[in-house]
Amino acid sequence: MSDTAITLLEAVNLALARALEEDADVLLLGEDIGTNGGVFRATAGLQERFGERRVIDTPLAETMIAGLSVGMATQGLRPVAEIQFMGFIFPAFEHLVAHAARMRHRTRSRLTCPLVLRAPFGGGIHAPEHHSESTEALLAHIPGLKVVVPSSPARAYGLLLGAIRSDDPVVFLEPKRIYRATKTLVEDDGRALPLDTCFTLREGHDVTLVSWGAMVSETLSAADRLADAGISCEVIDVATLNPIDHATLLASVAKTGRCVIIHEAPRHGGLGAEIAASLAEQAAGELKAPPKRVTGHDTIMPYYRNELLYLPDTDDIVAAVHELMEYAG
Amino acid sequence: MHEVRYHGEIRFTRYLDKDGTPLGELPDWAHQAQPWVDYYQQMVLARQLDTKAISLQRTGQLGTYASLLGAEAIDVVCARLMQAEDVLVPYYRNHAMQMIRGVPIDQILLYWGGDERGSAAAEMGKDLPNAVPIATQCLHACGVATALKYRGQAQAVLTMIGDGGTSKGDFMEALNVAGAWQLPVVFIINNNQWAISVPRSKQCIAPTLAQKALGAGIRGEQVDGNDALALHEVVGQALERARAGKGPTLIEALSYRLSDHTTADDATRYRPSEELKDAWQREPVARLRNWLHRCSWWDEERENAWQAEAKRMIDTAVEQYLAAEPQPVDDLYDHLYAECPPALAEQREQARHKQARQQGGQDHE
Repeated sequence: MSDTAITLLEAVNLALARALEEDADVLLLGEDIGTNGGVFRATAGLQERFGERRVIDTPLAETMIAGLSVGMATQGLRPVAEIQFMGFIFPAFEHLVAHAARMRHRTRSRLTCPLVLRAPFGGGIHAPEHHSESTEALLAHIPGLKVVVPSSPARAYGLLLGAIRSDDPVVFLEPKRIYRATKTLVEDDGRALPLDTCFTLREGHDVTLVSWGAMVSETLSAADRLADAGISCEVIDVATLNPIDHATLLASVAKTGRCVIIHEAPRHGGLGAEIAASLAEQAAGELKAPPKRVTGHDTIMPYYRNELLYLPDTDDIVAAVHELMEYAG
Repeated sequence: MHEVRYHGEIRFTRYLDKDGTPLGELPDWAHQAQPWVDYYQQMVLARQLDTKAISLQRTGQLGTYASLLGAEAIDVVCARLMQAEDVLVPYYRNHAMQMIRGVPIDQILLYWGGDERGSAAAEMGKDLPNAVPIATQCLHACGVATALKYRGQAQAVLTMIGDGGTSKGDFMEALNVAGAWQLPVVFIINNNQWAISVPRSKQCIAPTLAQKALGAGIRGEQVDGNDALALHEVVGQALERARAGKGPTLIEALSYRLSDHTTADDATRYRPSEELKDAWQREPVARLRNWLHRCSWWDEERENAWQAEAKRMIDTAVEQYLAAEPQPVDDLYDHLYAECPPALAEQREQARHKQARQQGGQDHE
């Protein structure tokens, strides 16, 4: 495997297989994940390889999937549950918020809840209603719940292994727009990536671009174009949305003095606000311009005919950076 | 053409009438003093705990408390029939079960006294903490049962819910998956007739709640929840079936909430006093005591001695509860994640200063 270039989706599959192989306490459960291998094929071949006891097709009930995972995790299993699309995660919320996130805290670590809830999220694949939203801020707001988003095949592999081995509950959101966008070499070495750090994908000195998920691709494209225009961008993939590694973001902005935060979720109450506020509180003296956000609008995610109008694109990011560079104070 | 595809029936079990008089010839297993004397003693202890908890709340020494009055037989029999390695997934009215499973009474009071350490007692083993959100515990029980089954452990999970909770989707989803996967779980409905102010008649048109099991293809039955003998038989069989890999059971135990919903509630606003008076004629503790007297396994002298002993146990626990050291402020931050993240560590530092300030320390600004 290690010498073949694979997609983000295949990297998810590779990490799941690795986790199943190395730890008998890891079980997969979800709708259509077994014989069908998942609607996106993320679990393809895993039931065949690891059996029906460990790769479980559940009844069609998201509340049940989450509640069952909580119960399993309290007994020391490491359930990795799939919610087929993030738009259907809401029935699972009560169990995530009222139980998974609190189990360790309310038992003073007598019990823990090492579950992973995977869900494809975000727009850009011409999907039906309810299949394209980005509601990560709702989850990242919950103390005790880790929220992780990969943006490349290698980070999908390493972060998913990190999430499964984590003793904390993790919601792992997979940017389905880039599930099959690129292929890169991913070494199946069983090495997890840490869940307490941002990843600096490109160093620069004029402006810091902060993003996650599918928007990282747009952000990197923008950085390329801006480089041609003589503007040097530092690009940071936040990756773990709760808890956020503020130190890396602060250090970068201390260097560049400018920051654009890019996410496809709506602006109001989005994580861009949290990051901008933290920078304003802790790096005001270093900022040459106010932090800027490039985000989805505060409307319902449109049906697919208009989704490209809604999603931030490279032009939006480039324009925002030019605006910041021209800011005179 | 039509044909009948399904016929369901719900068995109801009761051995003692409301006065403790046997309704007929009792089975062989009822012909010796144990476990009945033990059940009775635990029921007395549970009731004393309940009375004391309410008085602590009324005097400002305990937070809002959910009384178990009227559920003594259900809690005691279920807890006594469970093995140590079985797992209890309780709702918020099962503190007598926790007590019987070995959780120190002062720890139980600590929970109701607003201190998370009350769910941390080592004696709780792998039992889950109280579920306050309605019906969610039923799905957790299925998850625990899945873990037991996966690991080949021949143990059972027992979870409890009120009559109101059976209206919620989590309950139905739990019955469904427990049936589909033949999980070793026993669901007990403590049908105490009231969900705060909403009576059983407004929850569901079905004549029994036990019949909800039939839609999930699992065994369902009804039992007199004020009758320790009937509970002993029905719950005992369900636990054995679960441990033997014969699947789940739903048991609807008919009882009556003799208290308010919690100490924050006033049932006189919605509940007819005649109904309450009538329910006291059927309550579980006096019923079992009357039967024990009839069998000559209990008498006035033993009653007085045990009431005094129970009082001593509760009083000792209350002393321990009231003397508990305050929780270290770090506990609020150190048990959220496996490792405390930097931003939270900063807030922990702020909380330490705030605590010092609130305690009138030198940190006052």
